Amino acid sequence: MSNYKFDLSKKLADALLDKDIKLEESDHGVTCTVPLDSWIEVAKKLRDHKDFQFEQCIDVCGVDYFTYGEAEWQTDGVSSTGFSRGINAKGPGRFSWSERRQESMPNRFAVVAQLLSIKHNHRLTIKCFAADEGMLMVPSLIEVWPGVNWFEREAFDLFGIIFKGHPDLRRILTDYGFIGHPFRKDFPLTGNVEVIYDEEKGRVVYQPVSIEPRVLVPKTIRRDSRYVENMNDQEAS
Amino acid sequence: MAEIKNYTMNFGPQHPAAHGVLRLILELDGEVVEHADPHVGLLHRGTEKLAETKPYNQSIGYMDRLDYVSMMCNEHAYVRAIEQLLGIEVPIRAQYIRTLFDEITRVRNHLMWIGTHGLDLGAMALFLYAFREREHCMDMYEAVSGARMHATYYRPGGVYRDLPDHMPQYAESKWTKGKNLASANEWRDGSLLDFIDAFSDDFTHKINEYRTLLQDNRIWKQRTVGIGVVSPEQAKAWGFTGPMLRGSGVAWDLRKKQTYAAYDKVDFDIPVGVNGDCYDRYLVRMEEMTQSNRIIKQCVQWLKANPGPVMVDEYKVAPPDREMMKEDMESMIHHFKLFTEGYTVPAGEVYAAVEAPKGEFGVYMISDDSNKPFRLKLRAPGFAHLSAMNDMVKGHMLADVVAVIGTMDIVFGEIDR
Repeated sequence: MSNYKFDLSKKLADALLDKDIKLEESDHGVTCTVPLDSWIEVAKKLRDHKDFQFEQCIDVCGVDYFTYGEAEWQTDGVSSTGFSRGINAKGPGRFSWSERRQESMPNRFAVVAQLLSIKHNHRLTIKCFAADEGMLMVPSLIEVWPGVNWFEREAFDLFGIIFKGHPDLRRILTDYGFIGHPFRKDFPLTGNVEVIYDEEKGRVVYQPVSIEPRVLVPKTIRRDSRYVENMNDQEAS
Repeated sequence: MAEIKNYTMNFGPQHPAAHGVLRLILELDGEVVEHADPHVGLLHRGTEKLAETKPYNQSIGYMDRLDYVSMMCNEHAYVRAIEQLLGIEVPIRAQYIRTLFDEITRVRNHLMWIGTHGLDLGAMALFLYAFREREHCMDMYEAVSGARMHATYYRPGGVYRDLPDHMPQYAESKWTKGKNLASANEWRDGSLLDFIDAFSDDFTHKINEYRTLLQDNRIWKQRTVGIGVVSPEQAKAWGFTGPMLRGSGVAWDLRKKQTYAAYDKVDFDIPVGVNGDCYDRYLVRMEEMTQSNRIIKQCVQWLKANPGPVMVDEYKVAPPDREMMKEDMESMIHHFKLFTEGYTVPAGEVYAAVEAPKGEFGVYMISDDSNKPFRLKLRAPGFAHLSAMNDMVKGHMLADVVAVIGTMDIVFGEIDR
């Protein structure tokens, strides 16, 4: 299995020459970024082509790239007053609904699928960025792999990505009547509403959350000295 | 007589055979299921989102709570993802310990499964026997981590600590004394490895006892043979993994095909079914317990003969020992940074999977050079299995729905996450 990644990416590059794909090969696997308009076509080819035969789609998930690479604590320089304490930043989990950032970002949402070929014993990650013209849209893989049904429902539920062609796009993990898409990076960790039993009304009611956002450890980015050598290599190349 | 039309029935979430909090909306024509619509998410805790706000090591405990009957296998997938991003090699002894405990976990999981599956289908006695053996596995967890279920034992770079030299013994009490005390402490004179060894010798016979209860049992066969048949093509298309896939005759096991830990150094076989029905999946899982027992035996032997480190020697990831901390300034700093901020993981993305008892448990992780995962996606095998519920029970009787739920071996901790 040692050399399969190299072989696989070579074959992919050959077979999908006309498709404008981007291949990333690392120690852990091969990732293939596919443009939105050929998402289904590439998936079909990956399933049926004799060199690939990815008969299983193991997983589909959404990714929200908002705030990618943003730290809450400056660690690369000291000001005249010393390091900041890293307690005031409003990174993931540290803001409430009213404090959430509302910015737009190109290529914010992606759909990532993990493919597995039992025949050839190899894996591949395919990724595509959702179209964002008022509505996040990605074609559904359900005609290629029927097993992605619930995985796409989950991505819709948690990220609000709409899978075009999906026959049954309902929420799956969140509550009946839930509002919002909780795994988006601008959705607070504490949530929006909480459920309590109202004695006067004699039933369970929803009310705005009463808890404060409380994440203690700031998100810190360090490019550790161990990897500096690697980084220099990358910059040089 | 009035004309009887299809009607809809609510199955769960408080039904004992729903294995937790499954709510099934069943459309029935008489007693035949026309359509099944599982409603999941009643146990959704947002584990993946919570993990995004915590340093890497603080989420290991959450992994135990996903599939809460096969705890250490979940941890294994998670720490493997981190290890792959960090690029660290785990010491060989830790690899063997992980293999050993993955298999103990598999036995635990399958004991739980056979107990409840039997109970659902009317085989009452087996439940008690299976849980008797499961108790020993809990004791092994406890001896090594201090917790009977949620161990948090695997760490990136190895395991939390080496196997203990002494197995804790029962003290005399009002309830445990005399003959009872002696039999409770029977295996507990030596180390944990001696205890596991004794268990594994005993367990070989125990599996055969279970088999005598079920294998040729007429009622058991009536309830499972020909129920929930899945063809290999369907199993692949629906994303089935683990015993659900092997029961349909596809010889696929990550422990053999994409090997990890010390699985390439031990000897074991992969059982495969033929018909793809509930009975074949029962046979596969029973044989898996036998094979796990074989692996346990080999690991115990190796671990007894080969002492060594169980954690990587890298203070950026693993804490230095207490003694060094008292004397060495740098160790002190390492310790402090590790437990306040955690370690940062180089940017990149990785998908790491292990063969959990229920199927392929995968972790997809994106890092952005920070001390917390940017995105964590947990791929639960039960989620894919349950999504095929409708196709599997369509046309079956209502009572077979229970058999199919049992054969899927679903646990809502991992499905709802």
